[in-house]
Amino acid sequence: MQFLSYLVNGVSLGSIYAVIALGYTMVYGIARMLNFAHGDIIMVGGYVAFIVMTDLGLPALAAILAAMLACTLLGILIERLAYRPLRAAPSLAVLITAIGVSYLLQNLALLIWGSAPRSFTSVVTLKPLRFFDGQLVITGEAVVSILVSAVIMVVLNLFVNKTKMGHAMQAVSEDRGAAQLMGINVNATITLTFAIGSGLAAVAGVLLCSAYPSLQPTTGAMPGIKAFTAAVFGGIGSIPGAMVGGVLLGIIEILGKAYISTQLADAIVFAVLIVVLLVRPTGLLGKKTNEKV
Amino acid sequence: MALLEVKDLGIVFGGLQAVSKLNLTIEKGRLYGLIGPNGAGKTTVFNMLTGVYRPTEGSIVLDGENITGQRPAHICQKGIARTFQNIRLFQDLTVLDNVKVGLHNQVRYNMWSGILRLPAYRAGERRMNERAMELLRIFDLDGEAALKASSLPYGKQRKLEIARALATSPKLLLLDEPAAGMNPNETAELMNTIKAVRERFGIAILLIEHDMSFVMGICEQITVLDYGRVIAAGTGEEIRQNPKVIAAYLGGD
Repeated sequence: MQFLSYLVNGVSLGSIYAVIALGYTMVYGIARMLNFAHGDIIMVGGYVAFIVMTDLGLPALAAILAAMLACTLLGILIERLAYRPLRAAPSLAVLITAIGVSYLLQNLALLIWGSAPRSFTSVVTLKPLRFFDGQLVITGEAVVSILVSAVIMVVLNLFVNKTKMGHAMQAVSEDRGAAQLMGINVNATITLTFAIGSGLAAVAGVLLCSAYPSLQPTTGAMPGIKAFTAAVFGGIGSIPGAMVGGVLLGIIEILGKAYISTQLADAIVFAVLIVVLLVRPTGLLGKKTNEKV
Repeated sequence: MALLEVKDLGIVFGGLQAVSKLNLTIEKGRLYGLIGPNGAGKTTVFNMLTGVYRPTEGSIVLDGENITGQRPAHICQKGIARTFQNIRLFQDLTVLDNVKVGLHNQVRYNMWSGILRLPAYRAGERRMNERAMELLRIFDLDGEAALKASSLPYGKQRKLEIARALATSPKLLLLDEPAAGMNPNETAELMNTIKAVRERFGIAILLIEHDMSFVMGICEQITVLDYGRVIAAGTGEEIRQNPKVIAAYLGGD
């Protein structure tokens, strides 16, 4: 029974990682860059939701929508100002810029909101579910995280595979030049990708802060790295890969904490990643890329 | 007025003048050939016409509008589509979806109807599917619509590239070595397909090709390029007898 409860917690944490990982993997797949500022967008989403709920006293739904709007705009702004001018630059320059943007966001948050942790009021009002005479308790946050992530994954998959914008994204991902010559606006497609990824980051931020209610400027950093790991674990560039990677990573982390060691849980997560990459360098669901000689 | 008017077009890469003083006039609904020895600058001309390269001199006027130096996506929307010398299909997309990418600007619905699957999305996708299937039928690819583009045999991939280019509803279609790597039967079939496409869509076609019987058999007007310069232009018969052309191909002084 104990195991079942750990498993549910793992899936719940993992589905939040999965939503964050979707942002990493989509941006990587389409713009061919690692947006290391993605984790910090989660933190901004958390603060925006916090302000709307706690300072302005508005309902949770308004907070979530405000956070999504703010993060979507922030994502578009970052892409426009920091990444678009580097479209033709070597990937190392873009990577370093992304790390720079990450620190910029963290320090701006430090300036604006200070370093003291805020305690986030959960957006979930659902009562914990009890099974087996109260031996298995599932928190409302866990239920909502799992449901919301599942809906996001289904909708995103349909969007990418069944709409013309989704087809344009896949075309840009595969051959940017050929896509342009078929009349696709590559910049607009990349902007759309950033917008979707950042909007999802806001949702992840609200879910994360609801489950682990301490908000500070570095809140996004560790989940960001974990979600990036999840994306690589599942196969970076692959949307189903991000989902599988995220959920597995969450389960491994929680089970590791429960049965092995709380301190070593993160080390175990990254050790698993190393092993997976040794056996399958492209990740669990990643595509094999044939090196051209 | 001509459909496409190219005047004194040239491009310099570093110190290399790859193409210079290129003049070309293309009338609506006609078939043109661009030939020349390897490295003559034929594909460079295509890259300038489609906006991949920005010409360093001269002008390209399509249907009365100057499109010199515009971006590829924009030029495609204005009505120039192309295929590639080395096939560049979207390998991981299905045959149908490849054509639908070409239809991207033909059918419009916004992102929200796509996410929420509103009626506009359904109607738009239905129209795209119908038009894509219609194009695939012309190229006898409708049976393979659900397959991945990468799983098609070579000859069919070439046809799919033409179908995808036609999906953008071009006024001018550029074919870069459409018969490359085809056997004589496939080449003969391709000639018929190209003629049929011209009839059916009423568009002008400019093609690069090394297979001389193909070019002579299909093109009404041929331009010969050597070292980035036009050395001859005219009908197949005129080109065949032009001493400069013979010298360029066979060597001479």
